[in-house]
Amino acid sequence: MMAFCIAQIPQWLAEPGLQHFLIISAILFSLGLLAVITRRNVIMVLMGIELILNAANINFIAFTRYSTLSLEGHLIALFVIILAAAEAAIALAIVLNIYQRFSTVNVDEISTLRE
Amino acid sequence: MTSDTLIQFALYILFLPLLGFVALIFFGKRLPRQGDWFGTGILGITLILSFIILFVKLISYPAETFISQFTWIDFGDVPFIGPISIELGIMLDNLSVIMLVVVTLVSFLVHLFSIGYMQGDVRYSRYFAYLGLFSFSMLGIVITHNFLMMYIFWELVGLSSYLLIGHWYEKKSASDAAKKAFIVNRIGDAGMFIGIMILFVTFSTFTFEKIFDSIAIGMIPFGSEAWLTAAGILIFCGAIGKSAQFPLHTWLPDAMEGPTPVSALIHAATMVAAGVYLIARTFAIMTGDALMVITYIGAITAFIAATIAITQFDIKKVLAYSTISQLGYMVMALGTGAYTAGFFHLVTHASFKAGLFLGSGSVIHAMHEALHNKHDHRTDPQDIRNLGGLRNKMPITYLTFLIFTLAISGVPLTSGFLSKDEILAGTLGFASVTGHYLIPFIAFIVAGMTAFYMFRIFILTFHGNHAEPSRLNDIHESPAVMTIPLIVFAAFSIWIFYSFNPFGATSGWFYFAIDRPMSVVPSVVQPVAADIFKEAVHHSHTLAMILSIAIAGLGILFAFVVYHFRKLDADNLAKAAGPFYNLSYNKWRFDEMYDKSVVNGTMGLSNLSAWFDNYIIDGIVNGSATITRWWSKFTGRFDNVVIDGLVNFSAYFTGFSGLILRKFQSGKVQTYIVFVIFSIIVFFFIFRTF
Repeated sequence: MMAFCIAQIPQWLAEPGLQHFLIISAILFSLGLLAVITRRNVIMVLMGIELILNAANINFIAFTRYSTLSLEGHLIALFVIILAAAEAAIALAIVLNIYQRFSTVNVDEISTLRE
Repeated sequence: MTSDTLIQFALYILFLPLLGFVALIFFGKRLPRQGDWFGTGILGITLILSFIILFVKLISYPAETFISQFTWIDFGDVPFIGPISIELGIMLDNLSVIMLVVVTLVSFLVHLFSIGYMQGDVRYSRYFAYLGLFSFSMLGIVITHNFLMMYIFWELVGLSSYLLIGHWYEKKSASDAAKKAFIVNRIGDAGMFIGIMILFVTFSTFTFEKIFDSIAIGMIPFGSEAWLTAAGILIFCGAIGKSAQFPLHTWLPDAMEGPTPVSALIHAATMVAAGVYLIARTFAIMTGDALMVITYIGAITAFIAATIAITQFDIKKVLAYSTISQLGYMVMALGTGAYTAGFFHLVTHASFKAGLFLGSGSVIHAMHEALHNKHDHRTDPQDIRNLGGLRNKMPITYLTFLIFTLAISGVPLTSGFLSKDEILAGTLGFASVTGHYLIPFIAFIVAGMTAFYMFRIFILTFHGNHAEPSRLNDIHESPAVMTIPLIVFAAFSIWIFYSFNPFGATSGWFYFAIDRPMSVVPSVVQPVAADIFKEAVHHSHTLAMILSIAIAGLGILFAFVVYHFRKLDADNLAKAAGPFYNLSYNKWRFDEMYDKSVVNGTMGLSNLSAWFDNYIIDGIVNGSATITRWWSKFTGRFDNVVIDGLVNFSAYFTGFSGLILRKFQSGKVQTYIVFVIFSIIVFFFIFRTF
């Protein structure tokens, strides 16, 4: 592991590299995951998922930028965006249906399959 | 009359008594008079038929042998052995036709006597049924032509003897005597069976004629003369048992527990003579050595039994020992080669010994009645010390008894003189040829002793004073049905029926009919040749006659001196004889000896095997049961604790883990996600490679 010390931080921030992106991505992933885990509202959960997907996208772009690869990372990032759009569309449709059926979008209350 | 008719008659004779037995045993109680007339009548018919056969056979066919046989089992050609077939059949030769008359005559007269003697008996009809069974079996022995049937009928007479000795089986002594007779006979019969089997293994047949013919052409068992001798001696073992020869003679005195007519029929005249008949039948295959054994066994028996008879007080016991002694005489005679004399003595002895027994039966019957009238149930009616002075009260019994006693003592003009004289001449001739002078010595001593002890019981029973004079008034002569048999037997004890010359039987019809058969054994083991023997006998004949008359006279004289004129005191004589008297009075302690050795040995062995059974076998069984129980207990516990425990544990475990796991199945997606992430982190740390 890379050794840190407080004095190095400004210099480390002045020279952006792969690590910075990865850290951003990790923070973003963690926030998304937190949203997915903690939110009771389905909409908010879906939003957490979007965050997670975007964290992945940042990773893809960053790895492509700091490697010898040409465009593979960008392509996959675009693909993920498309996928996220499709997912959002379908998920929201499901949520709408759930709401119509249960009159709620709280995940804790939607537990019919448990029984 | 043709031979077919004779055979037919013989079959009637054989099977009529069987019919009598079957009828009486099943319907005896329902017939009038309990069927005694039926049994007696049937024996009467067989007696007439026997006489017809005897006369026709001896007059028309004196030299022929008629055989009628059929194949019972045909085994065909057996591998490694050859053809085997078992034939059953009957044979009529002079020997068997004479024996037929003897058996049917005695049996008929005993039937007749029994009507009086057994009157009012509890098992009257059964008694007559068993008499019929016995007659059937005995006749079967007489007319069979093979060893197999001989053995079967041999066992049948043993059975009927057992049944009749034990007729009053409520008496312990009677049932014991019956058992003893049966078991002791069994010992001899086992030997006889082995002997027969030696012959059967060799010749693959049971038929006398075929076996004799095979031996005559040189076939002998296992190629050795010793085996032939062994077969002869083993067959003689059957005779030792049945004819009560030493050392198996102890059953016969005990057999006197049976009714007296039974003693007359079975244990004096017929069954015990079957052993002698067996020797006569198989005489041709007896080797010289086997005959020597037979001679000595007969002589020893005659001597021992005669010494015992002198001191006994029971009238029937004396007669029983006398019978053993006389049977020993016959066996000895056959052994020496005096074939005709031995068989002749069988025939004459049958009538006078049966007569003696019936006479004693008549006395016992009268005594029993007198004692019964006096309500005296303690006095033994058979003890000669309680008898005496019956001469005037029972004249017919007295006179006939006198004739029988004279006959058995060998006094001239009686049948017993003829046959005994021939036997004594035979032993003398035998001794002069072979040098065994002990045999005629014993024979003459026994003749003297016989005369002495027979006149002893005769005098003590009929002469002198009665032990209790008041009892004499109650004693009456027996009824005609009992005295007629006595008279007939007395008639047959006269010389005239056997030979017109009262001093020699050789000119009579008996010697004409019965001749010593040619020995068929190989020449190295031949007994003394018939012609040499006859020559020797001829020379010693006059000497034998003079000696026998002298010795019989001495015996009779001595008996009169001691018991009639009382010149010598019997008690003092007994004291003077000391140990000899005790030995004789205790029957040479044979019974005690057998008790100590055989009976105790058997008991010890039985106790040992009982102990073995109780402790070892039962121990093993109980031990294995205990082990099984313990093992089951253990496996039961194992089942309950371990197997059930495992099953219960798995159920419990499943339930428990279900209880735990259900907590995780909350149905909340977010919880699951947390688990997933947590798991991923865990796996990450587990499987990381750096």
